[in-house]
Amino acid sequence: MIDEALKKRIEGTISKERIMLFMKGSPAMPQCGFSAAVVGVLKEEGVTYGSFNILADNELREGLKEYSSWPTFPQLYVDGKLVGGCDIVRAMHAKGELAPVLAGK
Amino acid sequence: MAPSKLPAASLPAQIEARIREVLPDAAIDLRDTTGGGDHWAATVVSAAFHGKNLVERHRVVYGALGELMRGPIHALALTTETPEEYKRT
Repeated sequence: MIDEALKKRIEGTISKERIMLFMKGSPAMPQCGFSAAVVGVLKEEGVTYGSFNILADNELREGLKEYSSWPTFPQLYVDGKLVGGCDIVRAMHAKGELAPVLAGK
Repeated sequence: MAPSKLPAASLPAQIEARIREVLPDAAIDLRDTTGGGDHWAATVVSAAFHGKNLVERHRVVYGALGELMRGPIHALALTTETPEEYKRT
């Protein structure tokens, strides 16, 4: 169960930047191939984004899984909404569907 | 006792059984991507995905797998399609 304080912290972190990537490691040094793949996609999309290393914060890591009903990382959020994990982000990018979402259209 | 509840059931058998509990019509193609038994790729085709976006579809599958996602399955690459979408690919 996530309490009110953790929920507030999760929501605050998700909305820190318009585009937020919750990943293992950092964009400069991803600690997982799936996180690295999403970093690569966002680089190709040419967008600026915030990131959060879930390996450094176990409480937020476990809380976010429950908050979003999504058990894996990376998780990409735009305007506070979950866009997807690695598979979805890659598929949308390949179909040209990611750019409008990132642009908030 | 349902086969899926037996502790001896293999992980791929458990994965398929759990998905079918929630999506009885599902066609499931499950692959062990590394041969190590913990990295999986699954294509799940079900009419229940109609009208759902990808996030909603994946949530259905993750929900069905429950605690299997918290240990036994280290990674799961998911493709979720309706029968019509599957035919087109």
